[in-house]
Amino acid sequence: MPVRVHPFVLWRGAVFFKSGSAGGNPVKKAFYAAFPRTVPILLGYVFVGMAFGLLFVSNGYPYYWAALMSLLIYAGSMQFVALNFFIAPFGLMEIALITLLVNARHIFYGLSFVDKYKRMKRWRGYLVFALTDETYSLLCSQPAPQGVDEKRYFFCISVLDQSYWVAGTLAGALVGSRIPFDTAGMEFAMTALFIVIFIEQWLSAKSHTAALIGLICPLVAMAFFGKDNLVLPAMLLMTLALIALRAPIERGLAQGEDNAPSIPETTQADGGGDYGGGAG
Amino acid sequence: MMSTGQILAVILVTAGVTLFTRAAPFIFFGGSRPTPAIIVYLGRVLPPAVMAMLIVYALRDASLVSYPYGLPELMGIASVAGLHLWWRNTLLSIMGGTAVYMLAVQLIFA
Repeated sequence: MPVRVHPFVLWRGAVFFKSGSAGGNPVKKAFYAAFPRTVPILLGYVFVGMAFGLLFVSNGYPYYWAALMSLLIYAGSMQFVALNFFIAPFGLMEIALITLLVNARHIFYGLSFVDKYKRMKRWRGYLVFALTDETYSLLCSQPAPQGVDEKRYFFCISVLDQSYWVAGTLAGALVGSRIPFDTAGMEFAMTALFIVIFIEQWLSAKSHTAALIGLICPLVAMAFFGKDNLVLPAMLLMTLALIALRAPIERGLAQGEDNAPSIPETTQADGGGDYGGGAG
Repeated sequence: MMSTGQILAVILVTAGVTLFTRAAPFIFFGGSRPTPAIIVYLGRVLPPAVMAMLIVYALRDASLVSYPYGLPELMGIASVAGLHLWWRNTLLSIMGGTAVYMLAVQLIFA
């Protein structure tokens, strides 16, 4: 199975986190750097995970299958789609095809990490498995701070995010119907995270062409394919547009490079000033 | 109700195909040969585009032509953007914007 990297790393991180001594332990440093940045995802995943768990058990199935899905599948929108697989009969080929279509956007996410992950041999398996929309957003917008080991930082972010998702699923499946306060609207935390990252990228980018392509293509795709089927056509349109405009975009990016690097891959190690600064 | 074996089969197939979509770029370009220039380029420029797409996708259910006319979403976005341009503090922007949105859907436009 894909989850092959020591679960006790997180436990060790938690123990060191409590002990409070600021030593040079790389896992502890990575955990300190990662945790505050995952708080928005904590809010979003716990809430959406609860919604999933609640819906799953409402079909009459026991809670542990929901937890197993969040452990092994770990894909938010896909798991909601998969709820249907347990109600009406579906063939396995049909299920595979639906999954492929719903998750095809992930094929494009890994492109940003192909080179980087070549240097992360042991960690690569789990990092690739856990590359959700939200984890992707964090990893490509918030590089490891100076002095923090990148592999462990990426791993901590990924494992924390999945733990929120699994915890939310379990909570929803076990006690979801008895939550004492109204959580409606909490899922907006994830939209807010995307907006913040978009603003940060906009402010630091020397070329806004890619961001504009990303705004226009999904709207075009929505007009043609409807709001629930926009992702895959939008991804393909965006990729085509980015390839077609490669020359001007690369010129735009190159012009800015004398001043400050702008694209995540080349961003300087960030001191934690803008991102996650409120968690201290 | 499905049997345990059927449930496991459904979960494993879904998990396997999901993992394949995430691993595909590494399977095709992750070897020891240098990554093609076009892939390196796409890896650099896709993140800002994808972020915009995820925003559009997250807001897809907001209707502009029926009550409440996307107003909760507009208030949420304005709060996030305003807070962020003012303080540049990620957590504050996200929590503030989410609080405004929750107030909007639970109290104002309930």
